Amino acid sequence: MIINHPLLGPRDAQEFVYLGDASLIDRPDAMAETALNDFHDYLYLRDNPAGSHQELWFHEQGDRSWLVVTRDTASHEITHVELAVDYAKRRGRDR
Amino acid sequence: MSQKNRLDGGQIDRNHRLSFSFDGKNYSGYAGDTLASALLANDVRLMGRSFKYHRPRGVFSAGSEEPNALVELRSGARREPNTRATVAELYDGLEAQSQNRFPSLRFDVMAINDRLSSFLSAGFYYKTFMWPAAFWEKIYEPFIRRAAGLGHLSGEEDPDDYDKGFLHCDLLVIGAGPSGLVAAQTAGRAGAEVILAEEDFTFGGRLLADTGLLTDQHANDWIAEVVGELSNLPNVRLMTRTTVFGQYDHGIFGAVERVTDHLPEPPSQKPRQILWRIYAKRTLLTAGATERPITFDNNDRPGVMLAGAMRAYANRWAVAPAKEVAIFTNNDDGHRTARDLNAKGVKIAALVDSRADAPTSPEFEVLSGAKIIDSRGRLGLKSVKVRLQDGSVKDLTCGALGIAGGWNPNVHLTCHKRGRPVWNDHISAFVPVPDSDPLLRVAGAAAGLFSTHEALQSGADKTIEALKDLDISAHLPDLPQAEGAPVNIAPFWYVKGGKGRAWLDLQNDVTVKDIKLAHQEGFKSVEHVKRYTTLGMATDQGKTANLGALAILADLEGKTIPDVGTTIFRPPYTPVSIGAFAGRSRGKNFRPYRLTPSHKWAEEQGAIFVEAGNWLRAQWFPIEGETHWRQSVDREVLAVRKSVGICDVTTLGKIDVQGADAAKFLNHVYCNGFAKLPVGKTRYGLMLREDGMAMDDGTAARLAEDHFVVTTTTANAVSVFRHMEFCRQCLWPGLDVQLISTTEAWAQFAVAGPNSRQLLQKIVDPEHDISNEAFTYMACGEITICSGLRARLFRISFSGELAYEIAVPARYGDALIRRLMDVGEEFDIVPYGTEALGVLRIEKGHAAGNELNGQSTAAMLGLGRMVSQKKDSIGRVLAGRPHLMREDDYRLVGLRPVYAEDTILSGAHLMSVGDPANAKNDQGWVTSAAYSPHIGSSIALAFLKKGENRHGEVLRIVSPLDNMDIQITVTIPHFIDPEGVRLRV
Repeated sequence: MIINHPLLGPRDAQEFVYLGDASLIDRPDAMAETALNDFHDYLYLRDNPAGSHQELWFHEQGDRSWLVVTRDTASHEITHVELAVDYAKRRGRDR
Repeated sequence: MSQKNRLDGGQIDRNHRLSFSFDGKNYSGYAGDTLASALLANDVRLMGRSFKYHRPRGVFSAGSEEPNALVELRSGARREPNTRATVAELYDGLEAQSQNRFPSLRFDVMAINDRLSSFLSAGFYYKTFMWPAAFWEKIYEPFIRRAAGLGHLSGEEDPDDYDKGFLHCDLLVIGAGPSGLVAAQTAGRAGAEVILAEEDFTFGGRLLADTGLLTDQHANDWIAEVVGELSNLPNVRLMTRTTVFGQYDHGIFGAVERVTDHLPEPPSQKPRQILWRIYAKRTLLTAGATERPITFDNNDRPGVMLAGAMRAYANRWAVAPAKEVAIFTNNDDGHRTARDLNAKGVKIAALVDSRADAPTSPEFEVLSGAKIIDSRGRLGLKSVKVRLQDGSVKDLTCGALGIAGGWNPNVHLTCHKRGRPVWNDHISAFVPVPDSDPLLRVAGAAAGLFSTHEALQSGADKTIEALKDLDISAHLPDLPQAEGAPVNIAPFWYVKGGKGRAWLDLQNDVTVKDIKLAHQEGFKSVEHVKRYTTLGMATDQGKTANLGALAILADLEGKTIPDVGTTIFRPPYTPVSIGAFAGRSRGKNFRPYRLTPSHKWAEEQGAIFVEAGNWLRAQWFPIEGETHWRQSVDREVLAVRKSVGICDVTTLGKIDVQGADAAKFLNHVYCNGFAKLPVGKTRYGLMLREDGMAMDDGTAARLAEDHFVVTTTTANAVSVFRHMEFCRQCLWPGLDVQLISTTEAWAQFAVAGPNSRQLLQKIVDPEHDISNEAFTYMACGEITICSGLRARLFRISFSGELAYEIAVPARYGDALIRRLMDVGEEFDIVPYGTEALGVLRIEKGHAAGNELNGQSTAAMLGLGRMVSQKKDSIGRVLAGRPHLMREDDYRLVGLRPVYAEDTILSGAHLMSVGDPANAKNDQGWVTSAAYSPHIGSSIALAFLKKGENRHGEVLRIVSPLDNMDIQITVTIPHFIDPEGVRLRV
């Protein structure tokens, strides 16, 4: 596969390490009352779609960017790639 | 015998005669021959034995689809089994052996299987080798293994080199027949970066095998002209002997180039083969088509072959497989073969056409509406039996039979991404779904366009289309005028009503009956039939066999062929040698290895090295007189405890953490607190995974308010850094913090033992006070040594002794260890390796990889109180799950044998004395064990249920694997200085 890195252009997927569902970015509030259940769901419950999937890839053999890649798990078509840092900030992780 | 079957003409170099041997007998051929064409020229029709029944077999095709003519090529370490004679280029001195026969090809004792065939039907293995179950390991499996496989490996190391390479292009053209050549020409002229890959050793594809003019040129002249033009274009890369074997995602293709397979051995510096990974923006598949047979009883005799192959042998290699041949066809292409052979002076016994309305010929007899129902000739075809249209039966004497059952487009590469081909009634074959893949277009025979005219036209058209995607404008070249014969075929797959065996898969010996039996036994899906009968599972992957079987299944099911469907096509298109996949990653270079800064010095000391992650680390340093590793390790351990030792710890991961929020960030990744760590101090830190299990441990040294140096274990250096980047970028992107791995930037040595300070004082520059008062336990700082060299000093200890780690820029690592050894001479300094390091840490009771194996919690390690509840750190929440907080959980303990001479081995399990040794009574396990020269016996660390309350208890440890069953006493997990006094002196 080829991942179109937002900073470095098209790179072979071999340069990356795959982590999993981008929902790992949505880490629950550890200090909330419901933290134990929230973390259980966060860590163990995942959708497993045959189709579009947002996932985390780490450019380990490159610039060490974590990327959020939108990939069709059935066809491997990649429709969107962005820096995880931007994605995380958009989801309020920097607040 | 000198090439008695050689005809006139052909594309061989008669001035270049080559000698070769087959089964020890010498023959001659010409440059341009394949092994198969040269054997046929010498009237050798018998080339191998089949896999299961050991039936005598001859060459069946003229290309890479060959099921029968598999030979062992070369000898010694270069011996290659299962080489297809049809694609093995002849070279002078070539040696080949037939396979799967004993004692000789003509007389093979295992041919008895053929007589036993009624016992060896479909599913034979599943039915026969089932019961009794106890027979499997001792009798059945060895039997199957002995009988399996065709050729034999040499068992020696491959003496040749294999390389890997990467290529990029605008257009990859796969196959250099008429379509591919025009495609490359069209794209080349447009200035696109083009790769033209051809599996054959010369360009032209099917044009080489057929007669007929291109406008008024011979095909060879036209090929030479186009190739000449292409080779002058710098943007076109021409690759012969290159098979594109697989299509992967996003326009990536795998190809293997057989660089020197056609030579007796590779010239020096040349690889045998190159595995290419080709990144193509657009690809055109012009891989042609493969002919398929018609099946009838005893259709497997040497001399029976595909008609198109027979035509190729005659036209390209000037070889007739026999003086008199017959043709069996269901379409017009069989007539073409008969015409070409007839024109070459080969006698056509008759053309048997299954169609009642077959065209007639003034040149030879055409038996229309007729079928071949049987053949004769054990080691080579002698005659065929024909049932004529009126029902009468006639024998035809012939030494070879060409079968023309129609052509299958080579759709394989279009299906590697799970695409399925569609049925085309006009040509009775599967074709790729048109325009289904924007990255991969198909032209020529591969698209089901069989005439030369259509091949040329579609090759150009599809190229123009593909380049348009890339905004490259290309123009239709002047295409030569070529034959445009339509396809006339009346599907006919197999002759019904036969009593004998009719072969579908020649390599795996699958017959029509086998398919029927499988179907009768309930195997109706084509994928099941394939696996039950092994149809299409041989090295040729059923290229000539599969469609015939589908037709029979369709008949049995009362369905059409497209309703039955094909099996899934997977890479590789043809077999690829393991050597090509391995490339240079062999032996010592299997994977990259890293050397520590003191490696050269350690080598000079005669150190024994061990792989740790990617690193080679000194395991121990034997000195004169030591004959056993334990002698060295015990000496090193005692020397550290007594005076001072030195160990290269560069391999520990080092991560520089800088920024205003550095401390805040570390508070998140470590379960214990770092915010209040003062500058100039180091702290032990434990990282948890989000599920609450211990992930890694190490230290973090605060060099400035906004600057920490974090260490990780050697094994987890990469994954911890990855995790920390995840935390930084994905979880806390608002923090002002930056990370960089400095593992290889600093050479770091542990200096351990009561004299370590005195030793260091000899090299640390005098302005830096490292006395116990000024540089206390867990202190850290940036200092200079040896008159001005910058260094970092950490007062940390893994051994339990007064100890330091000192780091200098990596390029000074070699000099530093030499200096330390020099100045340490008065303290009897010793270097110590990873074994002594391990003994020292077990004596001290420090957890390492064996304890931090992903299954232990902080509580199990005795570090439960470290997990701060006041802050949000990774893993804190889930570490608090009730099950992980249980009071009766495992705890780290120490073990000592009750009888000092007993040896404890790790992996053993703990139980109460007197309890039977079984899983029910299991109370824990030994994680690390060593001989402690300090204690004078074996010692160990273990996880034991409620272990913290059981010090002093006597238990039993059992390891049935090691035949060990001894008694031990449970202790605290510190065998030396539990109070930590030595660390602080």
